[in-house]
Amino acid sequence: MGKFKIITKGLIQENPTFVLVLGMCPTLGTTTSAINGMGMGLATMFVLILSNFAISLLAKSIPDKVRIPAFIVVIAAFVTVLQLLMQAYVPELYKTLGIFIPLIVVNCIVLGRAESFASKNPPLDSALDGLGIGLGFTLSLTVLGLIREILGAGTFFGMQFLPHGGVLAFILAPGAFIVLGYLMVLFNKLKSKMYNK
Amino acid sequence: MAKKSTFGNMVLVLTLICLVSSAILGVVYGLTKGPIDAAETAKINASIQEVVPTFDNQPSKEMFKVQLNAEDSITVYPAKKDGQIVAYAIQSKTTKGYSGLITLMVGVTADGIIYNTAVVQHAETPGLGARITIRQPGCFADQFNKANIAKSVFKVKKDGGQIDAISASTISSRAYCDAVNTAGIIFNKINENQEK
Amino acid sequence: MEYFLIIISAIFVNNIVLTQFLGICPFLGVSGKVNTAIGMAGAVTFVMAIATLVTYILQSYVLIPLHIEFMQTLMFILVIAGLVQMVEIILKKVSPALYQALGIFLPLITTNCAVLGVAIMVVTKDFTFGGASHMLNMGQSVVYATASAIGFGLALVLFAGIREQLDLSDVPHDFKGVPIALLTAGILAMAFMGFSGMV
Repeated sequence: MGKFKIITKGLIQENPTFVLVLGMCPTLGTTTSAINGMGMGLATMFVLILSNFAISLLAKSIPDKVRIPAFIVVIAAFVTVLQLLMQAYVPELYKTLGIFIPLIVVNCIVLGRAESFASKNPPLDSALDGLGIGLGFTLSLTVLGLIREILGAGTFFGMQFLPHGGVLAFILAPGAFIVLGYLMVLFNKLKSKMYNK
Repeated sequence: MAKKSTFGNMVLVLTLICLVSSAILGVVYGLTKGPIDAAETAKINASIQEVVPTFDNQPSKEMFKVQLNAEDSITVYPAKKDGQIVAYAIQSKTTKGYSGLITLMVGVTADGIIYNTAVVQHAETPGLGARITIRQPGCFADQFNKANIAKSVFKVKKDGGQIDAISASTISSRAYCDAVNTAGIIFNKINENQEK
Repeated sequence: MEYFLIIISAIFVNNIVLTQFLGICPFLGVSGKVNTAIGMAGAVTFVMAIATLVTYILQSYVLIPLHIEFMQTLMFILVIAGLVQMVEIILKKVSPALYQALGIFLPLITTNCAVLGVAIMVVTKDFTFGGASHMLNMGQSVVYATASAIGFGLALVLFAGIREQLDLSDVPHDFKGVPIALLTAGILAMAFMGFSGMV
């Protein structure tokens, strides 16, 4: 598979949110605004690239029976590195994303890619896969966050443009589920048109 | 393709991975500890500067704690000019926010007038309760300024008080009042302690 | 009385799935039938309660005293993974039928964000509950974890019941599967919002 293709398939055909339906918890929990969604997506991408790379390097040395626990330890290590770096350099975002940062460790996307791609492909390809899927995830989260932000608070990336705010429900729990549901329908329609399925 | 899953191999590999990971984490922790602490201190200093008039000492170095009740104490940062207290930056808090803890820095001049307040930390909903951080003229937080903290108990209009709550964010607004009231209690305690 | 508040809040007001967005993957994936949902809820409750107890002890007596709090993520997830292994082994012996029914979802409890999420929440200093902004004590933590798990189970079973009905209705083609599940969950979340004035 060409290197460029590896990256781009994570955006549409294998979009983690709308196609693979993985990583739902942070998708619903951190998309109260576009910035929060984007931050979460980029943080996850950081872990994805590094863990895919490391696991691809180590895959041959790990006995089959303990591969899942081994993968989890590697992923947990990178998540902790992310936590420490975020606390030091972007503390505001770290506090806003809260518990969802350590929860990247159990984000099914990360473990899923490690198992299905990284353990069977060379390191560079795996890192690129992490990049592609991470970008796809960031895209989905940013779009979802942006829609919820516009409809729910009348702001665009933090800038107020609707003077009287928006419809409350979109920023709260029900809004997350409902907007994501509709977005999923739209996305899949778009995908069928693009790929003639 | 992968190594054989003998018991020895499994234990060895897992232990090795754990040890190496822990070592790496230890190193990164050591490297980031400085910046993390610096970021915390910078944050506190920035909010102190927001809430008190000009000072020339280092409030973080002269901070002290006042006991609020049996379990809790509040940190106070004294701001001084030419050795005289100009104001106290009281790091007050409330747990009554919509999403729990809100930490406020309340700047009170030596004679009890609220100079300014600033949100240090919160987890309120963006677009709703999070609007307690807005600082444009006429904003919610401005309502507390210039009041005499020793003599005021702040309440939202719904509860019979004078404060205009943020629309659709009564809980966050109430919590803000609660935190400022706590700062008032602390200010009174500081004065009591000084008179002793 | 405080325990009562914790329980009501964890099950209804701050329902772990419908308000805090933890445990969504199994919520969407398992809840096809009420019976499986109940089995899953039971397994998760067991794991969550014990995991929280063990991680709490770990945090209080190892991580904090040794100042290695940064090892929290790594050690907590290892505890949970180990516990789930144990539950698998026990379940296989005690109730093979349930073991079969749960299938892949049993090992997936390890990656259930609700389990790790609750374990981390109870040891977080900023965790506010019933007016106190300090770390919960051990008893409160276990009660909170168990109550959260019950909340998870409640949401799961309710959802399974609705989905059993949905399977019989005429859903537009594009909405079949996950989208209609999400829309339904949204309405269920709206219903649970009604509890928010309670505590």
